[in-house]
Amino acid sequence: MSSDRHAIRAQGLGKRYEIGRRLEHRTAGDALTALLRHPLKAFAVRSGPPTTIWALKDASFAVAPGEIVGVIGRNGAGKSTLLKILARITEPTEGTAEIRGRIGSLLEVGSGFHQELTGRDNIYLNGAVLGMSRSETRSKFERIVDFAEVADFIDTPVKHYSSGMYMRLAFAVAAHLDPEILLVDEVLAVGDVAFQEKCLARMKEVSQSNRTVFFVSHSLGMISSLCQSVMYLEHGRIKRFGPAAEVVAEYYADVHTAADAGVADVRLRGFGEECRITSVALLESPDSTLPFGRPIALRIVVESTRAFRDLTVGTSVFSTEGSCVGSLVTRESFALSPDRALSLRLDIPPFNLAPGSYYLGLSVGRGGLQSERTDLDIVIGKPTFRVVPVAQGPVVVANWHAKWGHVVIPGARLMVEAD
Amino acid sequence: MAWVWLQPLLTLVVLSAIFGRLLKVPSGDMPYPAFLFAALLPWNFFSSSVTRCVGNLVGSAHLIGKVYFPRLLIPLGTVAAGLVDLAVSLVLFVGLLSYYRIPLTWRLLLVPSALLWLVAISLGVGLCLSALNVRYRDVGQALPVLMQTWLFATPVIYGAESIPAKYRGIAALNPMAAPVEAFRSLLLGRGGRMPFSRWSLAASLVSSALLLAIGVMAFRRVERTMADVV
Repeated sequence: MSSDRHAIRAQGLGKRYEIGRRLEHRTAGDALTALLRHPLKAFAVRSGPPTTIWALKDASFAVAPGEIVGVIGRNGAGKSTLLKILARITEPTEGTAEIRGRIGSLLEVGSGFHQELTGRDNIYLNGAVLGMSRSETRSKFERIVDFAEVADFIDTPVKHYSSGMYMRLAFAVAAHLDPEILLVDEVLAVGDVAFQEKCLARMKEVSQSNRTVFFVSHSLGMISSLCQSVMYLEHGRIKRFGPAAEVVAEYYADVHTAADAGVADVRLRGFGEECRITSVALLESPDSTLPFGRPIALRIVVESTRAFRDLTVGTSVFSTEGSCVGSLVTRESFALSPDRALSLRLDIPPFNLAPGSYYLGLSVGRGGLQSERTDLDIVIGKPTFRVVPVAQGPVVVANWHAKWGHVVIPGARLMVEAD
Repeated sequence: MAWVWLQPLLTLVVLSAIFGRLLKVPSGDMPYPAFLFAALLPWNFFSSSVTRCVGNLVGSAHLIGKVYFPRLLIPLGTVAAGLVDLAVSLVLFVGLLSYYRIPLTWRLLLVPSALLWLVAISLGVGLCLSALNVRYRDVGQALPVLMQTWLFATPVIYGAESIPAKYRGIAALNPMAAPVEAFRSLLLGRGGRMPFSRWSLAASLVSSALLLAIGVMAFRRVERTMADVV
């Protein structure tokens, strides 16, 4: 495909908002009385520069048709602003976006849904709002209702719908839009897992018909399983735009190693008063990657303000979606004396952790698997690491899908039984 | 749905009783209710169009922020919806004419051209004020007072003939004055007796066109940042 065939091409997109500046006159009444009082002031030059922020700055990128692009970044990074500009809802302050094809945007669930109207009426209404003609909606009506699984309630006003039904119906309409470009903001948060799977499948289907999808989400798992490329925004700028796995890993590493010096940022509130973990480092893995099946080695530095005995270390492994994969508490214990840092080494044997991105949670406390545990300090989020597939070794995992979970179950055997 | 015809009917009854019976406002050779209704039709269209334009734009804030569509559709749709009300009122009006045995004339055929004029003004004022309302949110509050004042400045409950001739030129500056009188003379079939001079009619037409142009331009200007402000 030649390089000039883009679905979306943005050049130097920027959006500036003025914040903090109190508008001179918020109401027409104020403006009018001010004008009557000081007629000449209206022509005076406004003093004081306005405070502005760039919600988006210098965003230049190109997206090929049929590509599913994930957009990630922390709150306020400019994700929604970018989508709004692409959807033509708001104009960029600078730069241009060249878009080829009809755009369907789903920035909100059920835009234009009317509470008093029935599901049936709302399908037509929402379809119209999203840019479908009446006959187009009619031809897809059955499929939309099936997809949303609301056939029994189609003639009930949507105000009586549960939030799940409401969301499903709204997404169903949007999913059956046939835009060349589909813009989706974080909308899949509602709905049960089965429906989310269905939505993802539908979005994949959409992209296979050579349509472009732009997908904003905080769910990194969803992003990695759905998108080929990911755009990572930070403070309104594109920090990285590339292959999904790499960018997600980078984002993850950034989030959890933001301030490299301190685990203080990821310490749970209320912990670390008398005894605290001052640093955690992954050993034997300088680039934070681990080949599948390799043990995990950690160096943990702990200090305290008073003497402690019989302390143990607890560790949990979390997947990047935030679910806990597994935990351990050390059998060995250690003692701390006041104002003297202690360096510990923790070796975790291989436990078939599947390829993917993970982070660790660590705690120092008393007790463990046999008795009630009291934690003195808990830090969750450091370090982060990625398990990468391997082609050699006792267990070969060259291809692992995120939806298969986080543990490669080893040692299973299948036999044909003799009859 | 009943309110579509009940509302103009009730207004008509109340205003006729007060201004026709009590205050004896002169209505020429026409019964006062017919005289009033012929002017109330365009006025109600105008005032409800403008009021709803301003309200609907802010009321659609949730859509404006989330979906792209030409923003001009909101005021256009509002004014178009007003046409339905106007049509219902016209049916009532024809009923009133037959009650007073006032003959229908061929001049009724010219009503659409007056309607076009009316739509232009309504849209022009509606666009100006809703654009202003995006910036100054209290325009909506000032609107009822503005509309009430405007009603009394327009020959609706009185005829323009009642205005002394030397002030009539000034009265014609009100962009609503000429179209309201045009409606009245066309609907009542007394076309030759427009109380305004050709010159003031022409001036009124030009000012209406100008109003519409300003409205569209003002609206276009705020349209670009509407999603950020509304």
